[in-house]
Formats: sequence, structure tokens, C-alpha cells
Amino acid sequence: MATSEVKPNPKIDPATGEFRVIAPGQTFRSITEKISRIVLTPQTPLGWFAFFGVAGAGATMLLVAVTWLFLKGVGIWAISQPVAWGFAIINFVWWIGIGHAGTLISAILLLFKQGWRNSISRFAEAMTIFAVVCAGMFPLIHIGRPWLGYWMLPYPATMEVWPQFRSPLLWDVFAVSTYATISVVFWYVGMVPDFGTFRDRAQSKFAQYIYGILSLGWRGSVRHWMRYETASLLLSGLATPLVLSVHTVISFDFAVAVLPGWHTTIFPPYFVAGAIYSGFAMVLTLAIPLRKFYHLEALVTERHIDNMGKVMLATGFIVAYGYAMEVFMAWYSASHWEAFMMWNRMFGPMGWAYWVLIACNLAIPLTTLWSRKLRTSIAFMFFISIVVNTGMWFERFVIIVTSLYRDFLPSAWGTYRATKWDYMTFVGTLGLFTSLFLLFVRFLPMIPMNEIRMLLPAAKITPKAAAKAGD
Amino acid sequence: MPPREGTYGLLAEFDTPGDLVRAARQAHQDGWRRMDCYTPYPVEEAAEAIGFHRNKVPLITLVGGLMGLVAMFLLETWISVLAYPLNIGGRPLYSWPAFIVPAYEWTILFAGLSAGFGMFALNGLPALYHPLFNAPNFRDGATTDKFFLCLEALDPKFDLVEAKKYLEAFQPVSVVEVEY
Repeated sequence: MATSEVKPNPKIDPATGEFRVIAPGQTFRSITEKISRIVLTPQTPLGWFAFFGVAGAGATMLLVAVTWLFLKGVGIWAISQPVAWGFAIINFVWWIGIGHAGTLISAILLLFKQGWRNSISRFAEAMTIFAVVCAGMFPLIHIGRPWLGYWMLPYPATMEVWPQFRSPLLWDVFAVSTYATISVVFWYVGMVPDFGTFRDRAQSKFAQYIYGILSLGWRGSVRHWMRYETASLLLSGLATPLVLSVHTVISFDFAVAVLPGWHTTIFPPYFVAGAIYSGFAMVLTLAIPLRKFYHLEALVTERHIDNMGKVMLATGFIVAYGYAMEVFMAWYSASHWEAFMMWNRMFGPMGWAYWVLIACNLAIPLTTLWSRKLRTSIAFMFFISIVVNTGMWFERFVIIVTSLYRDFLPSAWGTYRATKWDYMTFVGTLGLFTSLFLLFVRFLPMIPMNEIRMLLPAAKITPKAAAKAGD
Repeated sequence: MPPREGTYGLLAEFDTPGDLVRAARQAHQDGWRRMDCYTPYPVEEAAEAIGFHRNKVPLITLVGGLMGLVAMFLLETWISVLAYPLNIGGRPLYSWPAFIVPAYEWTILFAGLSAGFGMFALNGLPALYHPLFNAPNFRDGATTDKFFLCLEALDPKFDLVEAKKYLEAFQPVSVVEVEY
């Protein structure tokens, strides 16, 4: 076959054979206008209001569910003995896992100098923060008396009691609160120069005033930029071990207990990989409609979708290894309890949940994501992202419920059937997350303009002779 | 105190980062010191050109991180050994391996906050007013697609007419005088 007859795809960079990170023909001004127009336009698209209406209804449902919870107590949920950790902890682990991909994209890929991450780093970081907001809420409302949540902090109390620092549940308090704080700092520091751009481009006095304050008076001095770059690099260097530690500590909540199905050393790496797996799925779930709706195909290209597919493939296999190791250890440990737990997990009354998880996390994605054609098919990747998010939710369901509902003594066996309040709280956090994300897209720079500018060919510094010859 | 009236400096506008870097390098070689470049994204070569090589953000971050580490570890030790000793299965009160996790988190927390706030403090931000915002072309381009070199009036070599001529030799798009 003559290769010369194949029409070159303009989206593919001939030098590397990869999809281009940014479509050709963009200038400093064109990308600035493209991104700032979304925020500074006086007309909000009607579609935005439609989405916000639906998401806002979800958030309102959360408010109703939580209000009723505060009035009646956690008895309105399905938790009891032996399943004392139900939806609240499932959702906590699921949400915080989703957040991890944002930090991975903004911090770890920055350290690895992966330039393609720039267009998706900001909204992945926003996703992290909103996911942590949803996640952090669950342990607080799960403690039953949320107004006493501050008892978890070390403070000089009248009764002179202090927290117990040998408990992973207390480690969680420090891990999650540090994670939320550092993510917000990282996110805000990243946005400051873009707020400066908004301040200078805003037409209305009000917008100039607000973005002027948010930009802290950023004026782009190279001295400031150098300190800014150092701080960004250090924050990524700090966020990287942080993100690994957060899900490790969360896995300790389980692994430190002596319960079959929880008491295993594979949990920390397996939880972290699962977190990144579901987080990348969520980035795709958000990025695919967003690039379509705001016509950002030139900035969030097939390259991003393709690369995220590859990361999901890799982390998906680590997760698969985790599942395989759980089954292997159930047999190899020669522990009666472990073997029964595994058998019950697969074939017990709630075995269907295990097979949903295997189908969604392993069977569907890990067979199809090998294909570059499917990885760059936008519709297919959106479908896969929903499948993996579902699968990862079921993973947490399986870990928590099927390990708990068959206790050591058959007389203590129970079951778990979530109530409508459980479902309302879960769906409500999806609404809260989406509402916050829509507000972010409308009012804040969702793509880091200053980082995109560095990727453009015009940012290359040419020697004087070449510059003259080019004139 | 720097003077608060009169000329702040002369601002030359360039279209490409290359032109800015060449001008800044030449000016630094010719003995200019009170000057700065303004760019819409970090241009490392421009910072090198004006002789800005290292900054104190890493040091502040290190000190902050160590403070977080020490503070949390001492707090945990004091609580567990002295303030509220709990005998759990006869385990030692000073069970330092368990203390590592919160101490580690606070190392990162304090280091991260020091990096972020330290960077802003060293940059003198927030500073909502700056004389440069008075230049009409600065607001339009400095955060979008223009590259600026500013020679400040505080430099001993500064003379309005001479400096203007000096900057115009670099063939910038424009040279404007910035007032306080």
C-alpha cells in the first residue's frame, strides 16, 4: 500500500506521530480571548442555567437529607450492627479517590514535565477541591453529632481530654484537612496570574474590581514569575507525597482492623491506584462535555483523551493486581475466615456487587482501552468514564459491606439495605459537586492561560540572526 | 522611602520574548540595575538577563516544613506521654511510629503554606496599586501578549531624555514614561 496516498491528519504532529497537544494556529491573544470570553461574557449560555438547575436541585436534596439527618440522627440510614459503616464511608472513600486524579495531573505530571497536562490541570484541580468538599462532609455527618466535630482536633478542652494519636481515624483528620488546605493553596496560587488577565480584560467595573482583588495586583514582573515558578514546583513536590499519603491513611482505616477482607498489606498501593483510576475517569466525565459545550477542542485535544486513557489502563491493571492478590491471599493465608469472606464476597447474597465491580473495573475497560481508535473516540471514552466511576463505587461498597455483614459468628450475621436517605445523600453530593463545578466554569479561569502560552511556538526565544531572517 | 511623585520609569514594549530578552541583557551589561521585565507568562531567560538567579522561596519552605514537623511531633509526644497518657494493651506511651503520620502531614501543610504565602510576601503582593498600571499599553498587553522592559528612575544612570534614546535603540513598539 502506498503510504503517500494516506491523507495526513492535521491533528497529528508529524514529528512525533502523536496527537497535537494544542491545535495549530493559536496565538497568545487568541487563546487568551478564547478562555477569558467564557468568563467575561455578559451572556451566560442557557444550557449553563439548565445544567445548574438540575445540579442545584440535587444540592437542595442534599440539604433536605442532611437536615432530616440532624433532626433524627444516623438511625435514618441503613447502618446498624454488624454493618456500621455504610454509604457514608463508601461515599467518603469514593469522593476522595476522585479528587486524587486532580492532584496527580496538576502536581505529579508537572514534576515529570508533561506539557500536555497544562490544559486540563486547572479544572482537574477544581475537581479535586469539590470532591474533597463532598468527601469531607461524610465523616462529619457520620459521627452522629456533627456540631461536636471539633472534638477530633487537639485543643485544650475543659475536661482535659486529648485525641488518641495512635488511631488511623485521627490520622485521617490530619491527612484530609491538610489535603484540602494544600489543594486550595495550589489552586489559588495557580489562578492569580489568570485573575490578572481577567482584571485587564474585563469590561464591567464590578468584574475589574473583583478580579483585581483576587489577582492581588499581579503585574507579571519576571522576578515575581521566578518566585512563582519555584513556589509552584515546591507545591507540586509537596502535593505528590501528600496525595499518596492521603489514600494510604484512608486504607489504614481498614487495613489496621483485624477484619477478614480489610486486614491486608496490599491496601495502601491498591487504594492509591484505584483512586487515580476513578479520578481520571471523573476528569474525562467532566472534560468531554466541557470541551464540546465551550468549543475548547483546540485546547483539550484527542491527545489529552488518549493519554488519560493510557493512565487509566495502567492504574486499572494495578487495581486488577490488587483484586487478584486478595483472592490469592484468601487461599494462601490458609485462614478459614479469609477463605469464607472471599467465597461469600463472590457467591454470597451480595455477590452480584462483586461481579458488577469486576465487569466495570476490569472486564470492560481493560479489554478495550488497548485500542488507540477507541481511546480517541470521544463517545466511547465518555462511556468508559461512567463505567469506571460506577465500578469504583462498587469496589468501596464491596470492601465495606461484604466484609462486615457476615461476622465471625453466624448469630451476628446481618444484611445491609440502603434507605432513601442514604440514596438522597449520595445523589445530593453529586448535585453539590456539579453545582460547584458549574460555578467554577462560569466565574473562574478553567484553563490556565499562562501555562498554555508557554506551549505555543511563539514562546520560543530565537537568536537574533534567525529572528531577523524570519522577518 | 522612594519618591512618590514624578517619573517612576520608562516602559518599552516588545512584541516577542526574544526582543525583550536581548534588550534586557544589553541593558544589564551596560550597567542598568533598577529595572524589571513584565511578561504574560514566566520567561526564565529574561530573569537571567537582568541578573535574577535565585530566590528565597525554597529556604522559607524548608523552614516552614521543619516547623510543622517539630510542632506536631512535640504536641503528640506531650499529649501521649504527659498530658493524657492512655494505656492501650500495655503499649508504650511514647509510641513514635504512630506519631509519624500526623507529623508528616503537618510538615507538608506548613511547608505548602510557607511556599504559597512566602512567595506572595517576597513579591510584595497583594499590592493592588502600582505605578505601571498608569501606562495605557501596560493594561492592554502585559497579561496577554506583550513583553515590557522598564528602566526605573531610581537607577543612578537614569536621565529621562538619555534613557528614552537608549531604549529606542532597541526598536521597541513604543517607549512611554510612567508617572507615579
